[in-house]
Amino acid sequence: MTDLHLTSDRANAAEAAAIDAAIAQCGVDPVLTHEGDRLIRGGLHRANERRHALLPALHALHNTSGWISHGGVNHIAEKLGVPPAEGYGVASFYEMFRMDDPGHTDDVVHVCVDGACQIAGADGVIVSLEAEGTKVHRSPCLGQCERAPAMFVQGNQGRDDRVDADSQMADAAKVIPQQGEPQLQLLRRMGVTDPTSLDDYVAYGGYSALTRAFEMGADAILDEMETAGLKGRGGAAFPTAFKWRGVKAAEGDTKWIVVNADESEPGTFKDRHLMELDPFSIVEAATIAGFVTGAQKGYVYIRGEYPLATERLQNAIDTARTRGFLGSSIAGSSLGFELEIRRGAGAYICGEETALFESLEGFRGEPRQKPPFPTTHGLFKQPTAINNPETLVNVLGIVLNGGEAFAQIGTKDSTGPRLFCLSGHVVNPGLYEVPFGVTLGDLIDMAGGPVGDLRTVLLGGAAGSFVGTDALTMPLTFEDTRAAGASLGSGVVKLFNTDTNFTAVVQRIAEFFRNESCGQCVPCRVGVVRQHELLIRTAGRSLNGERALLDDMDLVMKDSSICGLGHTASTAVRSAIDLGLIGA
Amino acid sequence: MTIAEVPQTETMVTLTIDGAAVTVPEGSTVLDACSAAGIDTPTLCYAENLTPVNACRVCVVEQEGSRTLVPSCSRQAEPDMEIKTDTERVRHSRKMVLEFLGSGVDLSQADQLHGWMDHYGAEPDRYGSDAIRINEDVKIQDSLYIRDYDKCVLCYKCVEACGDDAQMTFAIAVSGRGFDARISTEFDVTLPDSACVYCGNCVGVCPTGAIQFKTEYDLREADDWRPEEQSVTQTVCSYCGVGCNLELHVQDEKIVKVTSPADHSVTHGHLCIKGRFGWTYVQPTIERRP
Repeated sequence: MTDLHLTSDRANAAEAAAIDAAIAQCGVDPVLTHEGDRLIRGGLHRANERRHALLPALHALHNTSGWISHGGVNHIAEKLGVPPAEGYGVASFYEMFRMDDPGHTDDVVHVCVDGACQIAGADGVIVSLEAEGTKVHRSPCLGQCERAPAMFVQGNQGRDDRVDADSQMADAAKVIPQQGEPQLQLLRRMGVTDPTSLDDYVAYGGYSALTRAFEMGADAILDEMETAGLKGRGGAAFPTAFKWRGVKAAEGDTKWIVVNADESEPGTFKDRHLMELDPFSIVEAATIAGFVTGAQKGYVYIRGEYPLATERLQNAIDTARTRGFLGSSIAGSSLGFELEIRRGAGAYICGEETALFESLEGFRGEPRQKPPFPTTHGLFKQPTAINNPETLVNVLGIVLNGGEAFAQIGTKDSTGPRLFCLSGHVVNPGLYEVPFGVTLGDLIDMAGGPVGDLRTVLLGGAAGSFVGTDALTMPLTFEDTRAAGASLGSGVVKLFNTDTNFTAVVQRIAEFFRNESCGQCVPCRVGVVRQHELLIRTAGRSLNGERALLDDMDLVMKDSSICGLGHTASTAVRSAIDLGLIGA
Repeated sequence: MTIAEVPQTETMVTLTIDGAAVTVPEGSTVLDACSAAGIDTPTLCYAENLTPVNACRVCVVEQEGSRTLVPSCSRQAEPDMEIKTDTERVRHSRKMVLEFLGSGVDLSQADQLHGWMDHYGAEPDRYGSDAIRINEDVKIQDSLYIRDYDKCVLCYKCVEACGDDAQMTFAIAVSGRGFDARISTEFDVTLPDSACVYCGNCVGVCPTGAIQFKTEYDLREADDWRPEEQSVTQTVCSYCGVGCNLELHVQDEKIVKVTSPADHSVTHGHLCIKGRFGWTYVQPTIERRP
């Protein structure tokens, strides 16, 4: 019993059972407060301890009924001690959750309408699916740009979510274009080993880094990482060693590792590949992160539209635990480390690290003002090392081969191998690994060159910028892209040829930000709407009269938004105008 | 609760604001330091009796070494900080925030903003006639207070006052996302069907008239709201022994709304249903017969 006020709606038996199972799986005690606890454990304190089960419970509810039913919310509210208004507020934040009764029990096909899928005919796919009577949802980027137009099926009535293209992947000759090439580091196991087999992983060098890590000790590993010059691969390019040192030095008994696998930057699909095709490497690297920083537990926050990645990583975690690579006394050592998966529910903003923490804790995915930073105030306001999967798997190579060897790859300021996601008008779209410093043109040549006459490349995703063909000679490094006013972001290289309807492409980018802004701060909440409106208003004509207004909006979003979404929401639009793709 | 926290130590922090040294107690915010230096700063989502959410961004200032502007309401004052409050960038952001708000929200009753909009030269009309607005109908669901989300700037104050900054009722929360985000009860049920206990603390903190006394709303609708003619009488609530200070706003010898001072040590500006709305016995609407 709680002292919450609930409407009279009640969950049906199936909803209640699914919700209870999801909550139990999060390790949350189904009894709200035990009789003996009542005097010492206050309601709010107790509720805060349980609230992290909210998002999993909402997923379970939605999967059972196809929407967030009122009775279901009340059931969750009662079980977790979450006020129903807040439960409703959290659920309505996410793209994957329907808040009204759809009146059918069909699965829903999410069709991506961003960038690569847009130019590959997503609109036509939607029309034909709807003509067949299929329930369709227009989705932002689904992270499958190499097989555009992308689709994801959201299960209903307890049916699993799925991506039909995943089953075709098993029959493909190659899962990545460079499969089996000897120079590969991050991708060397992809398509070569069985991603569900720990024995295969170990046979191909797996878990040798963890053994070596135990021999080296935390400080030596941090020194090697610093020598290596490893920078984050999620977009911000922050030195990883610095981050881990901060967590290690931070006060507090409880520390966390968070793997930020909420890969949602349009055009990005590298982390999905890592999780689907080499999942044990992420488990091993996260364990090393725990060893170095002193964290004993980690979460992997995977975007909700990645069912195969979730399944493969869950299998890797379960297998590793069974074989003594997770849990207490890992591989015979005194180290204890646990890893748990949490699914996102469709929110680009939850890739922002502090929004991700809020989401994981069971709140709306609204970014926090920094400082304080995650190294001291991260998940549950405790010291947290949060890294992208690609960043983490780079640590394995550094531990095994030393920082010096890593620093030899690439350039002085951009060290190591780098993954790039090629999509759009390119002959062989897919995931590529190259050393930093390869030119944009060489990378495109590796992928078979452009389809048609190349007009522009969107570098870094929707938060990145369009570059012209003069940038083909630009080395792909942090420093060279920065000097050119661009950024590598999450490794997106999306090609567009001269036949592209850029008015539509750029409008869609603006619409993406309009849909994905969390709404917390005024500059972003209103700025992304006014930007999108301006592009619609001026479609097909000169923007000269609107330059001052665009500049004004651009500056306030960059200067005063809370997080990176607002800071970068106008970058691609501005670059498109500068390149003459629109508004000329 | 972080209401009116008294600094635990005597440690002082000296920072520079607009070129002048300012010394404030440790734990003060940049906004506190600006106030101490006599610099007037526009605020909207900030209130002295609520935890800062730094969402509106109208109080931003320039901090030496920071790539972006920083919200003064929540940023802690640190030794040797260099703050500038009147640079072109600061003026631009403040102007744009006010302009953005004005372009989508009815700010006609947001009195505290009007002067600032003039000061910074905000032009909310320059986004064209097609610029979308909030466009919500007034919710009149009871005789105590109304909600007019057409006037809502999403400052989160009402949510905080309803939640863990004061009332602990959690009847309302932010729902939806982006420009479509709204303050809402669960499933948008009416207030009488929600967890609302009618403390009216949301009314007390709303800066734009989006939540207001039904009495005030009715008078405004009748074009008879005359704040300049109203008197404010301080008294103590007569219902229980807590001793909450009340401010009775009276127009034409009738109470039209009740507030409590935000700096009052007992209430911190917050009341319960009795103090906030339980005053009709003072002026019975039904005439008593001898």
